[in-house]
Amino acid sequence: MLVFGLAIIALALGMGFVLYTQGSVPIRGQGFFGFLFETTWNPVSGVHGAWPFLLGTIITSAAALALAFFPAVGVGIFAAEYAPPKIGSVINYLVDLLAAVPSVVIGIWGIFVFAPWMRDTFYIPVYYWAVESAPALLPVLGAPASYNIITATLLLALMITPYTVGLTRDAIKLVPREQRDAAWALGATHWEVMRLGILPYARGGIVAGAILSLARALGETMVIAMLIGNSNRLPFTFFGPASTMPSVIANEFREAVETMHLASLMAVGFYLFLLTFVVNLIAAYIQRKLNIGGRVL
Amino acid sequence: MKTNRQRALRTAGFSVLGLAFVLALGLTATGTQLFAGGSAEGNPARAAGVALEGAGASFPAPLITAMADEYRDYTGGRITVNYQSIGSGGGIRQFIEQTIMFGATERYLSDEQVAEIEASTGGTAFNMPITLGSVAPTYNIPGVDTGLVFTGEVLVDMYRGEITHWNDPRIVELNPGVDLPAVPVQIVHRSDGSGTTNVWTDYFSKVSGWWADNVGFGTSVDWPRGTGANGNEGVAGVVQTTPGALGYNSLVYATLNDIPYGAVINSSGETILPDLPTTSAAANIDLPADTRVSITDTPAADGYPIASFAWVMVYERLDANSAIETREQAEELVRFLYWTITDGQELSEPLDFARLPQAAVDRATDMLRRLTWNGEAVGAEVIAAIAQR
Repeated sequence: MLVFGLAIIALALGMGFVLYTQGSVPIRGQGFFGFLFETTWNPVSGVHGAWPFLLGTIITSAAALALAFFPAVGVGIFAAEYAPPKIGSVINYLVDLLAAVPSVVIGIWGIFVFAPWMRDTFYIPVYYWAVESAPALLPVLGAPASYNIITATLLLALMITPYTVGLTRDAIKLVPREQRDAAWALGATHWEVMRLGILPYARGGIVAGAILSLARALGETMVIAMLIGNSNRLPFTFFGPASTMPSVIANEFREAVETMHLASLMAVGFYLFLLTFVVNLIAAYIQRKLNIGGRVL
Repeated sequence: MKTNRQRALRTAGFSVLGLAFVLALGLTATGTQLFAGGSAEGNPARAAGVALEGAGASFPAPLITAMADEYRDYTGGRITVNYQSIGSGGGIRQFIEQTIMFGATERYLSDEQVAEIEASTGGTAFNMPITLGSVAPTYNIPGVDTGLVFTGEVLVDMYRGEITHWNDPRIVELNPGVDLPAVPVQIVHRSDGSGTTNVWTDYFSKVSGWWADNVGFGTSVDWPRGTGANGNEGVAGVVQTTPGALGYNSLVYATLNDIPYGAVINSSGETILPDLPTTSAAANIDLPADTRVSITDTPAADGYPIASFAWVMVYERLDANSAIETREQAEELVRFLYWTITDGQELSEPLDFARLPQAAVDRATDMLRRLTWNGEAVGAEVIAAIAQR
């Protein structure tokens, strides 16, 4: 057991180390923060920086989590506590099904159905409204392309919802019977049982679910690469294209001919590794703070 | 909205049809050869099979794979060629690391790369043309079909944002009689590194000083504007679902998927619609001996200006490539490569690849003649032996 445990640690450290050595040329050339904050990504002139992609990753993931979290927790609570068993099992089945849809399928649906629909019903009307009544907003909105940060974020939110729902549901189901019975015995209503007895007990698990969803959003590649519009410039506009760390690696890795280009992609991978590491540390800290039941889910 | 969806479904249908078509062609081609291959059954050399390993660009992969199948049957199953479609970048890297016997690329080796190889192996690395591809401007303008006329300058100005609407006077002037709507131009480019992008931006750099100075050319560039989509299919998808879109696709992809594409006025002032003959014609020029040349903006009057070779990379000193272990492998490699530029070219047109023009075949043959194994001229010997037969 110890050996396996140590092997996992060695594996993680080894991955980080390999990414660092492969990407060390640009990181050492520009400095750790120099590469991180460089805003140009130009493989032709050989100037590379991670900042546009780091921003793109953080914006899409955080926004997707913010969008998905409360609806997902609501669905989880409903499925675990309120729904009649039959409806509950249907919801569970559909949520699991949604989690199992390959991201490339969601991406294709996004390209051919969702993005054009968003353009016709939302981006273009909002754009023309801004042209007529709020021209000050135009530089913030940008030209209405169908493939942009908003489209990618919405689909990302859709993709991470099942994870949050599933873990919320399981965390609630794991709350001990006595905890509920005690709350009922005090004369609490159903919602009070939920709010005072169950949710505080389960919140460690719920937050863990949210963090797991965030980790998935940070690493999601296919849907983002297909829908974000892939511009390697800073994402200044809502309707404009952007790019994330996984998407730029997936996009440019195959045909990265110049050594510097390849090393820079590796370096972006190294920063992504650090980012997920930091997110996981924060998650562990929050989870420890929130655990009251004395049980780690 | 509904039309978009229908169009999308139709596209998907066409891609599947196109794929099935290519597969069917491949099958019939191998099918006929299966019988022809029967005559080679008695060949005594059949006992010892030789496997040739190659890897690289994805654009010529369907052709090289079909050639490999055909060649296996042609040699009675004795020679198998394994080609991995891993991209030009991977092909060049594996070629330099000597894990493959030949590489394929859409971007020829740079002077530095050739110099490094010459220093480390004592011989040069050849870029032997194997096929040709062209890149077509594809668009989605309501009511406008294939054949809109562009110039290089107009395309560049659309990609840099100088021309923002389809009814711009400069586009109208090139297309008298076409009813161009006042729709904004939505630029689409490849997001993945791609040889297609390399050809497209190489042409832009030749026709526009601004582009050469500010963007340049490569498999990935810092695009001034536009939406990036992954792969030929991604660009096609965005173009087909976005009214006013202008993108670029390999010609094969545009024709198989029925996407409207435009003609480009070449350096001789001729309006050329891309197709297989005009692509071949673009390379029928005075080529340098090493064929490491960009043929975009071709001087050939009947040539389409946005075309490029795909090359096979091979070491001049075959023994210096640690992936090749025996002289027999070296000979078979030469024999196969010579076959691809001669009889193998017959497979090009059925698979929608442009045939190598004679000028390119001559240069490629000269390269193969120079291949050596431990100082012995295996290339010249093998080609002389084939010529005698």
